[in-house]
Order: sequence, then structure tokens, then C-alpha cells
Amino acid sequence: MLFVFSIILVLIIAVLLIQVRRKRNAQFMHIGWFVFLVPASLFVLLIRYLPSLADGHTYFTSMKWIPSFDIHLTFYLDGLSMLFGLLITGIGALVTLYSIYYLSTDESLKHFYTYLLLFMASMLGVVFSDNLMVLYVFWELTSISSFLLIAFWNQRKKSRQGAQKSMLITVSGGMSMLAGFLMLYVMSGTFSIREIISGISQYTDQGLFVPAMLLILLGAFTKSAQFPFHIWLPDAMEAPTPVSAYLHSATMVKAGIYLVARFTPIFGGEGTWFWLVGGIGLFTMFWGSFHAVRQTDLKALLAYSTVSQLGMIMSMFGIGSVALYMGYSAETAIYTQASFAALFHLVNHSTFKGALFMVVGIIDHRVGTRDIRKLGGLLKIMPVTFTITCIGSFSMAGLPPFNGFLSKEMFFTAALKISQFDVFSLETWGILFPTIAWTGSVFTFVYCMIIVFKTFFGPYQVEKLEHHGHEATIGMLLAPGVLALLVVGIFFFPNVLGKYILTPAMSSIYPSVPPSELTVPIAAFHGFNTELLMTFGIIALGIILYKFSRYWKGIYKLFPDNLSFNALYDVILDQLGKKANSMTNFYMTGYLRDYLVYIYLFLIIAAGGILIYTKAFLFEISGNSPVSLFEWIIAMVMMAAGIAIIFANSRLTAILLNSALGYGIAVLFVIFRAPDLALTQTIIETVTTVLFLVAYYFLPEWRRERGRSISKSVNLLISICVGVIFTVIALAVQNGKLFATISGFYENAEELAGGKNIVNTILGDFRAFDTMLEVVVLLIAGIGVYTFTKLKAKKEDERG
Amino acid sequence: MKTNNVILRTVIKIVVFIILTLAVYLFFSGHDSPGGGFIGGLVLASAFVLLFIVEDIATIKKGIPVDFKRVAALGAFIAVATGFGAIIFGEPFLTQTFGHFNLPIFGETHLTTVTIFEAGVALTVVGVVVSIILSISRDV
Repeated sequence: MLFVFSIILVLIIAVLLIQVRRKRNAQFMHIGWFVFLVPASLFVLLIRYLPSLADGHTYFTSMKWIPSFDIHLTFYLDGLSMLFGLLITGIGALVTLYSIYYLSTDESLKHFYTYLLLFMASMLGVVFSDNLMVLYVFWELTSISSFLLIAFWNQRKKSRQGAQKSMLITVSGGMSMLAGFLMLYVMSGTFSIREIISGISQYTDQGLFVPAMLLILLGAFTKSAQFPFHIWLPDAMEAPTPVSAYLHSATMVKAGIYLVARFTPIFGGEGTWFWLVGGIGLFTMFWGSFHAVRQTDLKALLAYSTVSQLGMIMSMFGIGSVALYMGYSAETAIYTQASFAALFHLVNHSTFKGALFMVVGIIDHRVGTRDIRKLGGLLKIMPVTFTITCIGSFSMAGLPPFNGFLSKEMFFTAALKISQFDVFSLETWGILFPTIAWTGSVFTFVYCMIIVFKTFFGPYQVEKLEHHGHEATIGMLLAPGVLALLVVGIFFFPNVLGKYILTPAMSSIYPSVPPSELTVPIAAFHGFNTELLMTFGIIALGIILYKFSRYWKGIYKLFPDNLSFNALYDVILDQLGKKANSMTNFYMTGYLRDYLVYIYLFLIIAAGGILIYTKAFLFEISGNSPVSLFEWIIAMVMMAAGIAIIFANSRLTAILLNSALGYGIAVLFVIFRAPDLALTQTIIETVTTVLFLVAYYFLPEWRRERGRSISKSVNLLISICVGVIFTVIALAVQNGKLFATISGFYENAEELAGGKNIVNTILGDFRAFDTMLEVVVLLIAGIGVYTFTKLKAKKEDERG
Repeated sequence: MKTNNVILRTVIKIVVFIILTLAVYLFFSGHDSPGGGFIGGLVLASAFVLLFIVEDIATIKKGIPVDFKRVAALGAFIAVATGFGAIIFGEPFLTQTFGHFNLPIFGETHLTTVTIFEAGVALTVVGVVVSIILSISRDV
């Protein structure tokens, strides 16, 4: 399937890109042009699927990955994943186009675009995956790649901190989501989202159902920056502006919304789902818009506005889930319109917020600041930027003739509708929905006015700007211009979008409802109803609040800085580091013998405890094969060598005695006819002995330790205990028959794998995954040793 | 480590060749008789270690101009990549296949994709062991 290979293709290009070596001063073309082709062609590819999706087709493809765990690379293209796929590739193409003009060739562009493509591929993976585990893998990949993108200017401390914050919050959310996925698997026995949806009626009353829902919601809320996890989003603004436009307007933050939409058919019937998604969404909308007004940095303002808008979309999905709660009927179909509005606003938000971020980037680029206290009067020098900003801001404020107006009216319809709905004993509380929605929208209006009027009107304070601005180049204006055109275009032709993109997506959210009832005709003018009156109210109150902002802005001082969630995060992080540090210092004494004591104590408690607990002291040795004379001799030699090590007087003797032990085991392997093991043991023993000799040759003379007699006797006790436990285990395992014998396994190795050496066929054919991971572990360990020795040598160099 | 040990140096010059041959033999015979990627790689690594002991590192580095860290990384990459190779053919991750072929010189030969996987293992082992020993010896 073409759309699946697109993900793989993006990943491959990302990997190839890092290999590009740039000749100094030989830049003939911005690397971004090549990258631009990737999302652009993917966008065209996806567009070609649109008509057949509108007819109700879906596409499905599956490749085996780990069949024994029911994990397959299963990809699914339906209306919902299509909508997100178009956003990811479409906005991705525009952002790449914009970044070509935004980032200079002095930057490490290949890293930037590699991260960007990596991010794009993982986002596409998230929205196309049908298998929960694959979805999770891609989900965490988005966190990692966005971490790399946010910290792109990693020489800045704030970039690193912002990246760390976003990563910590989103990854921990992702982990709770993983736990939720596993619970779903326990209940349903499948990782496939479609299969879970089709069998949903069987799991709803299980005990794990609500915990799974809560954990998955936690993942969605952290990713989509819902209250109180929104604190990472403003800090993530340290990223280059194209990244902010892409990650924080169009894609990454919408992964959580995608998850909520995707899981609505599963959990939407729960009352808790409605309260959490709808309630938290609505509060986030208010909180974000309320705090956006106080920001002085344009980008921070946009970040808070994104938080608010995401909350708004989230709350609409919450309201839409009521349709599932009540069961399908003609009356409840009205609530599905809320989800339709959510999807519509999702698209609208991507267009206007993408444009706004890019415009802010242009302003920053041209005059060197984003601080609205320094900006002003830019209208004269940047008229095109002004036009785009106006379109974006007014659309966000919900004014006609821009697409934000349409979806905001639908949002009010949904909020009003839910207030009349009393199934959750909402008679008194229901009124909160339209009230909070309206209040939030007033603040939205205010900050939209701030963006336009504080930046472009008023006095032009040239002395406060870093450089004298002028209009941006056409290339830079191209991408936001296209988005601005979309903002206006959607307003005039909303039903094209509705028919081809939104309705198929609605069918994925409400699979049981016939698609014809899910289509909502969008009209620019819908009569003089409550919604329109609310809009007039917003404009009136908004203008008053904007004009007299200096009189009421004092209320922000009521929020002490040290009582915020940000402060909580800082304290947790700080304390975690300090506590971990003191804890580590406590037990990391630097003495190898202390570490051995910890290891052995743990072993004694764990292994000895289990032995006592399971009463495993039954020695049954009658079934053992007789011990031959040879074996006796070797065992005696090994024991003698072992005891002699304790009394050895020099390192050389100790090393040789130690290797005598090792070679003894090798000989035992030979006697027991395990040539492979014997060979390995011999070589390992040789290499390590040589290594020891090389390393110990340079160590100072062996000195007897003159420790205190108490610690000596404690050590003696520990070593005796370890010895006893190992002997007991060796004797007791003879007795244990917990599982059927494994000697019958892989007897057919030759016909299955074509190899006569069973050890090797196990390593290479039957359990190759273990071997592969071992190889990776070996590599990591090797790099670790190498770095340690290198680091030490370097430090000594610096010192002396 | 430069010591003027004539007997050791003379012996090792011959022994290293035997060890190298043995390593190659062990590697290829692995699937049917004792040996395989891990052991083959270890034997190969021990040959290098012997060389490092009798000659100084600079000389060996001139003779074998390879960055052993890269060798290790390449090995791990090959091992993982063979897994993805199976996926391209629509099989589960890491599926291996084999067949009997009639080759011009070797006659009836048994070939298997495990050999590629084992090559990855062997390269990783060689790379890791040698780079650890090199870094330790540079350290002192």
C-alpha cells in the first residue's frame, strides 16, 4: 500500500539526510528544497485517496512484526487518519517552504531537516497505525523527535530546559497511555483498534475499563497540553519558529486530540469520558485564553492561545461523546454535530495558527524582537504581514468572513445544547458550559486584538528594535499567505471540506451512525439566534476589556508565581536531582568491595528468601548420572584453585588461578559433549586472562588489606552465605520440575533451519531476537567502556 | 606495549595466521558444527590482541587502518538490518531462510541468511573487544 510506504520512505530520507556532507562555502542550493518535495508529494498522494474515502472506502494493510505477541505493522487509512495525514503533510510542506527562507545555511540544516522528517514520519505513523503497540512506538517517537527539534538551538539553556520539560511531561503521559493500552489488550485480547471497536459491547462493564480510559486520557492530555499539563507548551516556544508553527499548531499537540477522537467509539459511552474530556477541555480553553492576555512575548501569547484552542476542540469532542452515551437515535444525532464542529475547528485552527506563527517569525526575523512592549507601528513597513496577521487573528477571534467564525458558532451551538441536557443531573451545572465557553471567547477576542493592534498600530519605537525592519521576502510570505487564503477560502466554501474530509472522519468516530446523518451543512449566516448574539456580546465586551485593560490587568497579580504548576514542576525536578544525588553519593563509595557486598547481600536475600519461601530444600540425587573419575579430578583441581586464590600472594598468581578455574569448566564442557560451549569458554578465558595480565601489569604491588576485623568477619559471613546458597540451588534444581523438559525442543532444527548445530540454530534462527539484542547490548557496553577510559584519560590530560 | 621479546614475536607471526584461518573456519562452519559468529569473532579478536601485545599499537594501526568502534557499530547494524530484510519479503521480523545451491567451485553448498546475521554478530564482537583493549592500553 502506497500510503504505508510513504512513512517508511520519509524515515529513509531522514536517515539519508544525516549522511549528507556539506562542502564548506559550496552551498549551491538550500537543502530544504529537497526536503520540501517529501511532504508535498505525500500530500498529493493522500489527496488522490480522497474521493474513494468520501464514498466510504477504507484502506488496510498489514505486515507481520512480532506475531507471537499479536503485534503487527498494521496501517489503516480511514477518514480520521486521512484528515490528520493531510494536516501533517500539508502544513509540513508549507512549514518546510517557510523554513527554507527562515533558517540560514549557517545552521546545521541537515540535523534540522532530519529531525523534522523523523517527526513527520512518526506523526504519520501515529495516525495510520491500527495496532496499539505500533501506535505507542510512533507516539514516543514524536516526543523524542520534538525534543530534538525544540532543543535545536541547544547552546541556549532555555531551549534545553524547554525540550526537557516537554519530553518529561509527554513521555510520562505516553507511558501511562501504554499501561492503558495493555489493559485494553487484557480485556479484549487484541491490539487492533478496529477489532476493539467492533467488539466494544463486551468490555464496557469490566473492571479495567475505566482505569484504561483514565490512563489513555492522561496520555492524550499531556500531549495536547491540557490543564494542568499545559505548562510545557509555552516553554517549547524556544524552538525555531518553523518548528513552533509545525509542532505546536498543526501536529504534535493534535496527537492527543487524534487519540481522543480515535478512542471516542470505545470510551465515548462512559459518563466519565464526557466529564473529563468536556470539562477539562473547557477549563483549559478558559485558562489558556485568560493567561494569553497577560503575555508580552508574541510567541508566548500564541502558545497560550494554542492551549486554549486545543481545549476548545477537546471540549467539543467531549460534548460529542454524549451521542454515544445516550445511544443512537434521531434526538442524539444532534450531539454528533459537536464532534463535527471539533474536526472543523481542528482544520481551521491549523490554518490560522500556522499562519500566525509564521507571521510572528517574520516579525522576529525582521525587527529582532517579539516583545509587544517594544513593537508598534509596523503597519507602514510591513503591509503584507499585517494583512496575513489580520486574517489569522480575526479568524481566531471568531469574526466573519473567516473560517474561525463558522466553527466558533458551532462550538456555541454545542455548548448551548449541552446545557439543556440533564442526564448527568446537569440542571444547575449545565449552564457552566456556555458561560465558560463565552468567557473564554471574550479573552480570545482580547488577545487577538492585542496581536493586531499592539504590533501594527501605535508609535513606531525604532530605538527599541534591534534592526530597522522592512517587508519580508516573497518566499517567506508564501507559506503564511497560502494559509491565509485557506482561512478565507474555507469560510466561503466550507461544505467542500465538510463533504470530502470531515464527513469521512465523522464516520470513523461514529461507526454505528449512517454517514448521511453525520454531515452537517455549514452556513455562514444562520439567523439571529443565541449564538450570533453571543458573538455580538463577545465583540462588545472584548473591545471594552481591550481598551481599559490597564484598569483590570491587576488581577493577574493575584496569581502568585510561586504557586503555579510551573513552580511545582521546577521544585519537583530540582528536588529529584538533589535527592537522587545525595542518595547516590551515600552508596557509591568508590570501593569495589562495597559494591560486591551490595550485590551479594541482594543475592542472599532474594535467592535465599525464595529458597526458604518455596521450601526448596529437597535434594533428590538418585536420578543423577554417575560421576566419573575424570570429573572428580577436574572438580578437585578447580576447588583447589578456588581455595588457593584466597591465599595468593601476587596478582599474577591470582589471575592464573582464576583462569585455571575457567579452563576447568571448559574441560567439563568437553567431557559433557558441549563442544560449542567449551570452545566459547576457552576463548573467553584466554582473552580475559590476557586482558587481566595487560591491565594488572601496571597496577601497584598487591597489598593485603588491613580492614577492621568486624568488616572482615562480615565479609566472610557473606561469602559463606553466597557459597551455601549456590550449592543449595545447584542441588535443589535437580528436584524442580516446574516445566516440561526442554530437551525435546528444536529436535527438528535441521529441517526447520537447515543447520546441524543446534546451539547455533537456536542463536541464529529460532531465538535470533535475543541474539540481536545481545549484540546491541554488547555494542553499548563497549561504547561505555571506551567512553569511560577516554574520559578518564582526557581529565588527566587537563589536570596535568 | 613494546617489549623486545624475539621468540614471542617470531612465534606469533606464524600463530596469528593459524588463528585467523581458524577464525574464518569457525565462522563458516558454525551452522553445522561448533563455531559461529560469536566464537569466530572472539577468535578473530584474540588474534588482534596477540598482535597488539607483540607490536606497538601504532604499527598495527598502520597495518589495519580500521576504526574498530565503527566495525562494532556496523556489525550491530547488519544484525538488525537482516531482521528488517525479512519484513520486506512479508515475513516476520528476523525470519531466516536457507537453501541448497550448486555453486561452480564449492559444489553442492548449503547457504543461509543466518550467515549474514552471524557476520553482524562477529563484527560486533571483534569491534567491541578490540576497541576495549585498545582504549585500556592507551589509558596506561
